[in-house]
Amino acid sequence: MEILIYGTVNSFKLILIAFGFTLVYGVSRLPNFAHGAIFVFTGFVAWIMMHKLNLPFIPAALLSLVSAALVGVLIYQVILKRIRGMNMNEIIATYAIGVAMIETFRWLGFKGTTFTLPVLFEGMVFIGDVPVDYQRLMVVAVGLVMLVAVWVFTKFTKTGLALRGIAQDERAAMMLGIDSDMTATLAMALGSAMSGLAALMLFPLGSIVVEAGYNTLIFALAVCMVGGIGSWGGTVLAAFVLGFLQVITVSYLATHFQMVVTLGAIIATLIIKPSGFFGKHKELEERV
Amino acid sequence: MKTGMRKERIDRGIKVRSDGIYALSSWREMSYLMAPRALLVGGLLLAPLILHFFPYWQKVLLIVCIYALLSMAFDFLANYVGLVCLGGSFFVGVGGYGAALLNKYLHFSPFLSIPVAALGGAAFCTFLLLPCLPLRGVYFAIITLMYPLMMTRIIEAFELFGGTNGMMDIAGFANPWAEQYFLIISTLVFLFALRRLAVEDIGLVIRGIKDNDQSVRASGINITVVKAQALFCAAFLGCFAGAYLAHMYMWAGLSMFALDFSIIPIAATVVGGGGCLLGAVVGAILLVPLSEALRAFGPLRIVSYSLILTVVIVIKGEGLLNYLSRKYDQFERWVEI
Repeated sequence: MEILIYGTVNSFKLILIAFGFTLVYGVSRLPNFAHGAIFVFTGFVAWIMMHKLNLPFIPAALLSLVSAALVGVLIYQVILKRIRGMNMNEIIATYAIGVAMIETFRWLGFKGTTFTLPVLFEGMVFIGDVPVDYQRLMVVAVGLVMLVAVWVFTKFTKTGLALRGIAQDERAAMMLGIDSDMTATLAMALGSAMSGLAALMLFPLGSIVVEAGYNTLIFALAVCMVGGIGSWGGTVLAAFVLGFLQVITVSYLATHFQMVVTLGAIIATLIIKPSGFFGKHKELEERV
Repeated sequence: MKTGMRKERIDRGIKVRSDGIYALSSWREMSYLMAPRALLVGGLLLAPLILHFFPYWQKVLLIVCIYALLSMAFDFLANYVGLVCLGGSFFVGVGGYGAALLNKYLHFSPFLSIPVAALGGAAFCTFLLLPCLPLRGVYFAIITLMYPLMMTRIIEAFELFGGTNGMMDIAGFANPWAEQYFLIISTLVFLFALRRLAVEDIGLVIRGIKDNDQSVRASGINITVVKAQALFCAAFLGCFAGAYLAHMYMWAGLSMFALDFSIIPIAATVVGGGGCLLGAVVGAILLVPLSEALRAFGPLRIVSYSLILTVVIVIKGEGLLNYLSRKYDQFERWVEI
């Protein structure tokens, strides 16, 4: 029972973390290796707004989400736009920017466990006989809302349809008047905001640490690899598989093995089915 | 920019003449070919003598060589084989721990343990990375990023090899001159050996794999085997650097899997210019002393590195050496369209 509940919570954590990455890659084929850095960035911006500008949590959270989206837009407009299509340079540039952001926070002295964000609702409930605090339930709720929102957005709004059009066939979409740069910018903004949302949901469970940037990136990549990069259904499924695997490892082995299991899952996926659960397209071209 | 005009680049006559080996008939042509190489070789060989009076910068020179090796490994993998490896520190760590173990338990001397650790470590790394070899582009980058992190976690979790403290009391080099020239000469030998390898038959196949692996496969060549061989070469350089580091610091520990060993070589390759191996070395020669100067700033070092890297990628993607060699080999003029 405990494993079931915490496994679900953990899976939604992974969905929150990974969805932004998979959205950006799915839409514009841009590997945003600065994903983890934006995660940490949002957390610290929210903290700075609350403690230096004395804003209450909700406005601080909203503002930090906006700033995360802005960072995403900036990264695209200033850097990625110029090197788009050069696969290796995209990876190196976004990774370098991510590292620069994370290490800047470390340099500014944001380390240790003194930086925390408050939870939205205090308290906990018992499901069966397992205590679950409200924040963890919030994670599940927000994850669900986000999934539904993305689904509605991409199925029923014109902008969302444009995103999917670019994702499916960039040239055909461009011929129909969809601006590839605009959609890529939008995808970066959305993806970064999602990463920020994940940060606002997950940091109250612990404290804001710079190392979270690297770990987030790795977990996001792991989920996307197992699910098939760019496949949204696969991402959700992979998040559940990895989420439960992690919780089981932690409760039966030790916390240290979490990463080992995650990497093991990736290697196993690569050997058995290199394109992940649902990553059908581009199988030959890109992976093998 | 003039209107109606276009800039044209043409190879210099001397380059055309000296490209074919038969035409090497004058001192001028020979020195045209030899000068850049002689500058590098001579410079590196003389450097320890000149720096004899600055012991601190002597150490920096060794670190330059170490990063030059790592950058060569990255450049070779990325620009010849087409595998972007974000986890160079994996090689360093494996080589370092390998040398430490050989020295501590089998009492190998540094000059024996470094080559043995490099060979063994390269085999080990190649074996571990074998399942990832079919991957390309983003996928390979992602997975190599994780390997060093994973090694760190495993060593922490099982308390292997001294756990978080690392292994101490590893033998150092007895003679400082031997210490320096061993590394410098090895670096030069590996540089020219790898450049030669790239123009041999196997090098052609390797570059073919980068450009179009399906057609190489269609010619009946097993691409996984060739990729594994190329990876072995790169891993050998990385492990060699790591093994040397272990003996230089007389210590092997978790920080050998640190980010520095992954990101600085990438920066060096990009700044120096990828695709000719020499650029990687030049990049290391430029960047490492800079990083030593920035050492006082702590984490800002990595920040400035990453920023330099991004700016260079965006503004001058070809790198310094490719730019210089273009100026050296070609002249430009304006022509009417």
